[in-house]
Amino acid sequence: MNTKITWREIPQARLAMWALIAGEFAIFGGLIVMYTLNRLKYESWGEMAQHTNVIAGTINTLVLLTSSFFVVKAHEAALHKNKEKVKMWIWLTLICALLFLGIKSYEYYHEILHGFTLPGTQLLAEGKHVETMYWSFYYTMTGLHGLHVIGGALALFFVMRHATKTEKDYHRIEVAGLYWHMVDIVWIFLFPLIYLIH
Amino acid sequence: MKITRNKWQNFIKNNLTMNTHKKHGFWHRYFFSLDHKDIGFQYMLTIFVMVSIGGFFAYVFRMHLAYPEMEVPLFGLVTNKDYNMLITNHGLIMMMWLALGMLLAVAGNYLIPIMIGTDDMAFPKLNKLSYWFFLISVILMISSFFMKRGGFGGGWTMYPPLSVGDFGYNTAYTSFKDRFFTANTFVLLAITFEFIALLMGGINFFVTTLNKRAKGMTLTKMPMIVWMINIASVLFMFSVGPLIAGAFMLLLDINAGTGFYDVYRGGDPLLWEHLFWFFGHPEVYVILLPPLGIIAEIISTNSRKPLYGYKFILNLTLIAAILSMMVWAHHQFVSGIDPRAATIFSIFTIIISLPFAGIILAYIATLWNGDLKINLPMKWAIGAITLFTLIGGFTGLYLGASVFDIYAHDTSFVVAHFHYTLFPTVIFGSFAAFYYWFGKFSGRELNKFWGNVHFWLTFIFFNGFAFPLFLLGLAGQHRRIADYRQFEFLMQDPLPLYRQIATISAVILILSQFIFIFNFFWSLKRGKKVTSDNPWESNTLEWQTASPPPHGNFAVYPEVHHGPYEYNHPDREDDFLPQNKK
Repeated sequence: MNTKITWREIPQARLAMWALIAGEFAIFGGLIVMYTLNRLKYESWGEMAQHTNVIAGTINTLVLLTSSFFVVKAHEAALHKNKEKVKMWIWLTLICALLFLGIKSYEYYHEILHGFTLPGTQLLAEGKHVETMYWSFYYTMTGLHGLHVIGGALALFFVMRHATKTEKDYHRIEVAGLYWHMVDIVWIFLFPLIYLIH
Repeated sequence: MKITRNKWQNFIKNNLTMNTHKKHGFWHRYFFSLDHKDIGFQYMLTIFVMVSIGGFFAYVFRMHLAYPEMEVPLFGLVTNKDYNMLITNHGLIMMMWLALGMLLAVAGNYLIPIMIGTDDMAFPKLNKLSYWFFLISVILMISSFFMKRGGFGGGWTMYPPLSVGDFGYNTAYTSFKDRFFTANTFVLLAITFEFIALLMGGINFFVTTLNKRAKGMTLTKMPMIVWMINIASVLFMFSVGPLIAGAFMLLLDINAGTGFYDVYRGGDPLLWEHLFWFFGHPEVYVILLPPLGIIAEIISTNSRKPLYGYKFILNLTLIAAILSMMVWAHHQFVSGIDPRAATIFSIFTIIISLPFAGIILAYIATLWNGDLKINLPMKWAIGAITLFTLIGGFTGLYLGASVFDIYAHDTSFVVAHFHYTLFPTVIFGSFAAFYYWFGKFSGRELNKFWGNVHFWLTFIFFNGFAFPLFLLGLAGQHRRIADYRQFEFLMQDPLPLYRQIATISAVILILSQFIFIFNFFWSLKRGKKVTSDNPWESNTLEWQTASPPPHGNFAVYPEVHHGPYEYNHPDREDDFLPQNKK
């Protein structure tokens, strides 16, 4: 049996999404490398990492992983063109996304309350200049990831609404789902790097 | 209220469409059209505006360098601050908007769909969106000149702390408004928008090429230019990611008071240099590859011979693309990097000339013993590879070696080197493409006489402008100094004379481009109608349809039976064999 797949057999949208994901990995990869190099350079960042809320981070990781499962279920339902099930699984994914953003906002709120802000004005005043950059990286990386969560969730929502209303373009669920997995994987990298390594 | 909203909805719906049977108005053609040729034309006009600005800036600071005491006509006296702003924006505009825009966006949009024998891009609406992002970037860039504290003057490489702005690090935080409405912020935003536009364009090219090729067109039957634009787009995609992240961080440094590049807080300005050149050096290959593809098309057609070593060229290009990601730090030999690292980067930089030497040799082998037709596109193509190889490439070998570069760094020698690499590829390559494909896409011919005048003036006065810079650079002239009068050794004869020769040549060079502009727009409206759809007797698919091609490009989708360069096939009577002919 000839199992060779030609490029033409891959749907256009999936191909484009792979290319987009490669581009996104280049962006996040750059950030992660920059963070890691600085992290190795400055030991005092470990002390700062202890101020992150590991429990909230763990819950968030679980939430995102679960949402990835829901997206796969939605994809499965989309393959069968099962309108109701697509709706249900995507809504569950969106609830996970909102939960993630909510927990993240809660974390931000408490960190800012303790003076760990993006420019780190309070730490600077305490003479901890190097430590301010940990928080700059923290907010930049998680903030950029958060924007991707919002973008991915919006994409899933609109794709789902379009597919269930018009009963066509079900393949878009898969493509938006691929993007959602990318958002998930980026978090899998960010979580240990930022929260766990003390 | 409701009626007006419907009117707008209808307006957008009518215009943002592929509908081909209706005659559309101005807004459709220049703003809404989804046709890849129209979008290419929109890009082209936008880039013409940018080039005019960049060229004008070049004129002003060249005049100032040669005649520092004089007021420059049309500008006035150039202060040091003006000089910084002029060279910075000249570099940024020419590199980011002209070179990347013309060679990726314009060439890709015009050529890819029609050369692979399909109706349009894979995602026409994404294509449109990418043009709109490009337009936003142009608007942001132009508005950066008019900020309260003047245009951006931190060098086109935007090294911090210069690019952090007048506030710098460790100054009291002023209002957000004061920081946001600065040239620095706007330039960074403009560049970010442009990168996003080109990324969207790149994804589109990549998917179109892989997925929408005509029946029978295998990957190795694609014209070389299609390969080159795609390799360039992918290379762009992988090299630009970290810089987008870095630009985001620099924006936060300017606007939110972070310190990613601030030494005081443990940041490192060298990090920006790494990020910038990790993009910036692959970028020069992103710029180089499409012209190499254009030249391959032209010399193969006009020497009536198959392109020598199709797969050889392709493999060398892929090797060069990979190597190009490992040479970036040769821009930083004097920035305090480890000498051992400098040696490694020197070696890679010199190695990367080998694949390009191979490609150029393949082109010479194509010309060898050919039935050469020296027409206008051929002149530009041969001019491009001659200047690029003999002068631009060779001086690159010198500069790649850290021992020489430490001496020549930031002198006019470097300026002359990169003008000898970029001008032949970007400008000569684009003109070769214009003179080659103009008839196809407009249905009219460019005037040949004025085309020849344009070529010879450009060729001669480009050399007159750039060559003296080598001599000035070796004498120690630094590229970022506005006024040399304070340096006695730079005012000794014959150095001021060299500067004047360079400046006068540059002015004539810029003026002679008006010949092209007039020729272009005059021919577009009034030029002689083309007599043949395939005037160069070429094989590739774009010549096998009407000129100008209709919406959808082909009346019947072509089926491909041959490679793109089957000239003088021994079994055939004609000396060319179109790809879709059985």
